[in-house]
Amino acid sequence: MQSDGAPARLMPKTPPGARRSVGWMGLARGHRAKPGEWLVEKAILLVSFTAILMIFLIFLFVGREAWPIFAGTMNSSLAREFQDIIPVEDMARTPAERLRQYLGLTREQFAAMDHETKRDLMQLRIEAREQAPDDKDALINTTEWRYILGPYQWTGYDKPEYIWQPVSQIHKYNIVPLLVGSLKATAMALLFAVPLAIGAAIYVSQLASPRTREWLKPAVELLAGVPSVVMGFFALIVLASLLQAVFGYASRLNAFVAGIALGLAVIPVVFSIAEDALTSVPRSFSEAALALGSTRWQAAWQIVLPAALPGVFAAVVLGFGRAIGETMIVLMASGNATIISWSLFDSVRTLTATIAAELAETVVGGHHYRMLFMLGVLLFAVTFLSNLAGDIFIHRLKARLEGRR
Amino acid sequence: MSTPRLTQAGARFRTGHFEPVSFFCTGLTGAATLLILAMLALILVNIAWHGAGGLSPRFMFGSADRDMFDVNKAGVGPMILGTAARVILMTIFVIPVGVTTAIYLTEYAQAGALTTRVIRAAVNNLAGVPSIVFGLFGLGFFISAIGGTLDNLLYAGNPQPVWGKPALIWASMTLAVMTLPVVIVATEESLRAIPVGLREASLALGATKLQTVLRIVLPQALPGILTGGILAVSRAAGEVAPILFTGAAYYMASLPRSLTDQFMDLAYHVFVLSTQSPDIEKSRPILYGTVVVLLLLTFALNLVAILIRARVRRSLRQLG
Repeated sequence: MQSDGAPARLMPKTPPGARRSVGWMGLARGHRAKPGEWLVEKAILLVSFTAILMIFLIFLFVGREAWPIFAGTMNSSLAREFQDIIPVEDMARTPAERLRQYLGLTREQFAAMDHETKRDLMQLRIEAREQAPDDKDALINTTEWRYILGPYQWTGYDKPEYIWQPVSQIHKYNIVPLLVGSLKATAMALLFAVPLAIGAAIYVSQLASPRTREWLKPAVELLAGVPSVVMGFFALIVLASLLQAVFGYASRLNAFVAGIALGLAVIPVVFSIAEDALTSVPRSFSEAALALGSTRWQAAWQIVLPAALPGVFAAVVLGFGRAIGETMIVLMASGNATIISWSLFDSVRTLTATIAAELAETVVGGHHYRMLFMLGVLLFAVTFLSNLAGDIFIHRLKARLEGRR
Repeated sequence: MSTPRLTQAGARFRTGHFEPVSFFCTGLTGAATLLILAMLALILVNIAWHGAGGLSPRFMFGSADRDMFDVNKAGVGPMILGTAARVILMTIFVIPVGVTTAIYLTEYAQAGALTTRVIRAAVNNLAGVPSIVFGLFGLGFFISAIGGTLDNLLYAGNPQPVWGKPALIWASMTLAVMTLPVVIVATEESLRAIPVGLREASLALGATKLQTVLRIVLPQALPGILTGGILAVSRAAGEVAPILFTGAAYYMASLPRSLTDQFMDLAYHVFVLSTQSPDIEKSRPILYGTVVVLLLLTFALNLVAILIRARVRRSLRQLG
């Protein structure tokens, strides 16, 4: 019934009589498998490991590109190569190995070069040194963690600030503005989506008549079928102007607009999981309450909702994971300015939008490229954890409903 | 499971017993549901209203080889073909793996075993990985690692990369990884819905387990597998983030001829039109037209999947 991968995590629907499937598992396997069949069965097992393999590969290969940032072996300082200059006159006196390292050549290259070429290269070094920006910041390796996370007073600023500015003369890689942007857009999305989605889930699963329920649930889940790029388009072209006319704020694209559009994308996720959780509470719970004279609402609010609470938490957590990882909507509707403020009506730039907007322009293997992969690792870690939390909540719900706790 | 009669009795309780707070709160949740549906309707009606007029055969099938922002010349033919190509390729990669995993999980796996739990956790996690991370993965793994290696082995000394660059095949593979959980979950659900008695009957007649799975269970699950495939296609057709760096092209003069070519893409084109247009007012009809085509594609697919699933559920309920 879900049109997305996410909502399905609440255990596949078990049809009536499904307990017998356990018997099927343990049943004697009929005739003994022939050797060929044994091979096929092993192959089935092997192929099933693909999902595990993929998670592992994602972690490995996104992490591999970002590794130099984590290991601290990346250096973005502009004057780094020139900190020790060997004058051209000293060439004869310098040991060959030292000279080779100084010029940054491989052994073969070094051996193939004649004296004159090496001399020219040394001259180039010195010229490059003279042309290096005359700025104290040019010496800084901006890929160190203290510059990535902490504020720094750059030349021309009157106080320490958090700045993400990868394509300026000094590459500034502070990720705090991006974190703030992502959290702001996500918070707005959840603020908008969670009450609506959970309200709708309560209504659809507990209060609506069975016949209404039959079409209401797929109708709400149809929202999941709207591609995120279409949602982004709608936010950019229609919603932004509409909301600006209503609320009258200054910048047309901001965290508020992005949050609303993001919320629209998150609603079906939260709704599906919360609705499944509420439906999985045995009917006898609410029937007992109704028999004691409560109204349907009282039964839903005081009996069913508390019983399904872990599942509802899971819905919110997974909605968070979806919102923070969403790319196209925020890329199109958030304005993409790295502003740190408390106002929802300022433009924001999120982690995901930064990767999408900047990766195409980077040099493969350069510090900007690696920094964007580092953001990817960060996103992967955050969504991994929120998925894990969601799974734990759902298991708790399952355990509770099966009376194991 | 409740019988319908009990539910109706419950409904009578509500009508017989009026309580203001309950009445108010029921209205509130109902309003929330209504608001969601209203917003969905707003999106769809707005797009249909502005977009339907722009749909002409020339626009749908015409090429974009001239000015792609010009209302009178633009066409989305190559984009539709590009999207179709990447989605069909993706299906070829994802369906066999997804269905096999689902077969293992329902027919062979032991419920509490470690292997089963790890596979399940991996599937759930894969479903939650942000789409942009899949894009990074496609770039880091398929293009750099696999494509780069292929180039080193097959085309050593060739200055232009052949495999180690954004290409149709890498975009499809990236999407296949992304939609794997969709296929697994849909197939699993349909396999679980097949009555156990059917399998037992087959085994009792002397079939082996594999024979039972392949000849009895799998044919029954075909509509479910179809649903999974359709859902995966509809999900993938609308995705832009994973193909940004793995194959989608801003503009191409010709259609992709081989697996290693880049391609123009419908969903990516929506992004291009809405953010890169020199005059958004002028290109608005093309933009809306493209969105309508994309939505028709994904929505029609989604609707078909929902209908198939509902029908399968109903027939299986009768069977079980």
